[in-house]
Amino acid sequence: MRTGNDLELVHLTKRYGGTVAVRDLNHVFRNGTYVCLLGPSGCGKSTTLRMIAGHESVSEGGIVLDGQDISALPPARRGTAMMFQSYALFPHLSVRDNVAFSLRMKGTGKPARHKAADEMLELVDMGHLAERLPAQLSGGQQQRVALARALVTKPRVLLLDEPLSALDPFLRIRVRGELKRLQRELGISFIHVTHGQDEALALADEIVVMNDAVIEQAGTARDVFGAPRTEFVARFIGGHNVIELEGARYALRADEVRLAEEGRPATVTIVEYQGDRVAVTARLGPAEVLALVPEAHFFANPKNPGDAVCLDWDEGRLHRLLA
Amino acid sequence: MTEMAGEVRAAAAPVAARPVAGLSKAVAGWLQAAPLAAILLAFLVAPIAMIVVVSFWKATEFSIIPAFSFENYEFLFGSPVTYRVFLATFKYALVTWAATLAIGFTVAYYLAFHIRSQTVQIALFLLCTIPFWTSNIIRMISWIPFLGRNGIANQALIDWGLIDAPLEWLLYSDFAVILAFVHLYTLFMVVPIFNTMMRIDKSLLEAARDNGASGFQTLVHVILPLTKPGIMIGTIFVVTLVMGDFITVRFMSGSQKANVGRLISNDIGLLQYPSAAATAVVLLCTVLIVIGILLRFVNIRKEL
Repeated sequence: MRTGNDLELVHLTKRYGGTVAVRDLNHVFRNGTYVCLLGPSGCGKSTTLRMIAGHESVSEGGIVLDGQDISALPPARRGTAMMFQSYALFPHLSVRDNVAFSLRMKGTGKPARHKAADEMLELVDMGHLAERLPAQLSGGQQQRVALARALVTKPRVLLLDEPLSALDPFLRIRVRGELKRLQRELGISFIHVTHGQDEALALADEIVVMNDAVIEQAGTARDVFGAPRTEFVARFIGGHNVIELEGARYALRADEVRLAEEGRPATVTIVEYQGDRVAVTARLGPAEVLALVPEAHFFANPKNPGDAVCLDWDEGRLHRLLA
Repeated sequence: MTEMAGEVRAAAAPVAARPVAGLSKAVAGWLQAAPLAAILLAFLVAPIAMIVVVSFWKATEFSIIPAFSFENYEFLFGSPVTYRVFLATFKYALVTWAATLAIGFTVAYYLAFHIRSQTVQIALFLLCTIPFWTSNIIRMISWIPFLGRNGIANQALIDWGLIDAPLEWLLYSDFAVILAFVHLYTLFMVVPIFNTMMRIDKSLLEAARDNGASGFQTLVHVILPLTKPGIMIGTIFVVTLVMGDFITVRFMSGSQKANVGRLISNDIGLLQYPSAAATAVVLLCTVLIVIGILLRFVNIRKEL
């Protein structure tokens, strides 16, 4: 449902000389949703985010928030706040002063801004480290401080530029849970740029897949994963095979492919044990097809590279690709 | 830098851990430290020790007598000239420091934050160093035809009708001395400040803007505090160079002004080595105290 608080991109374009980084984007980010901008590096997702934040000028088109075109406003007056990839914490300021920085720039008195900063630090569970310098914090702690610093400005939209990329995989999963919880509690929109499809699937209410300066597909995580529109989306989101049958291209989820007694004959090339399941890659004519087989099912009749197998799937699970 | 140091250390560790040709670890360590220690001993510690020793000797017009006497120091601290000259030296250092800092910070800021392309940055930086391809003395002397009574500056001002008579204070004055100091030493301020500024993560400036800081607020609250170590290193360069100088003061003041360096050089000219040594020791202590005070304000260790 549309509300006045939505963030809308209207024919948004960014050119650097002759190259187009973002081409004619039109999209509505509904208020209070967790959106992931997903795509490979160089697809224009970061540029889009930076244009929304105001750190990159807009070549053409507009950015509308709350019914107002914000594309010419300075970053601090847009109602957005950005969390930077490297966190960009001021190394010479304590955690508290980092969070209170924007209030200090506005001329808020010391007691008031420290109070606001401390409240924000409590929200991200960092109140006990307020006196520390950023260099004395772990990566996860720095990330929380950066989050608190962005949120202290009471933004309507929080922009996160690959916020989890600097964390180790274990911490990443915990932090993304916290991000999601925070977004729900605050009820504001989060726009999160990432190139990790697992991150996007886990977090997003809406996934916007970008490639080559345009949006390839936008929709809920389930829509995008269950019905990729193009070959690019099917491949990038992972877990899909792209198969050519009778001149048309189809996406087929790897977990829908079975190793059966009869079906299409193929040769196993790679077997990877993944714990709960086994990833079997088989050569089917000119194509390679990936089958994710439940572990118990695989070991009932184990295969080795070079073995002949038959691949089978329900014809109804083939999803026709538009491009 | 730290990563590189880490790698070097990691690479060196197994070598150091192995006893060298049967020597114990301690002996090997001392041997490794020996070359640098020998150089420092021969070229830093020994000369200073010699100066300190000579400063206690006695001298007449025609001879130098080894002794342990406080005569030189008593004379130095008892003479009002000493205080005047030290005061003048501090004045030169302070004014030169302020001017080089203002110019150096501005130039470094422009190079580091306004020039986008690294090639242009390096080209402009090298341009700054071109004057240093000539000798100090030549750069100093080249001011004389410009500033003199009938020099280019006075001629131009008269031609423009701004003044009727030549300005006397342009040359052979404190103005000329400080002008030459600023000309000679500004680069020593530019280099360390530029170096520190180049290490500032550009996303910090974006973060400041995102948090509503104006350009000036970013300068005061982000760039300036992060540039402090560079400013401090530049300050140490400029202050020590100006306080130890004697030739600039002599040339640019037409021998009408004095600083501590000239006091020492005059003593040496008169073969009064013990007196010169005593003045040198006092100057050295003064400079060390100044640097000590400066280092209390800013930790420059992370820059080195």
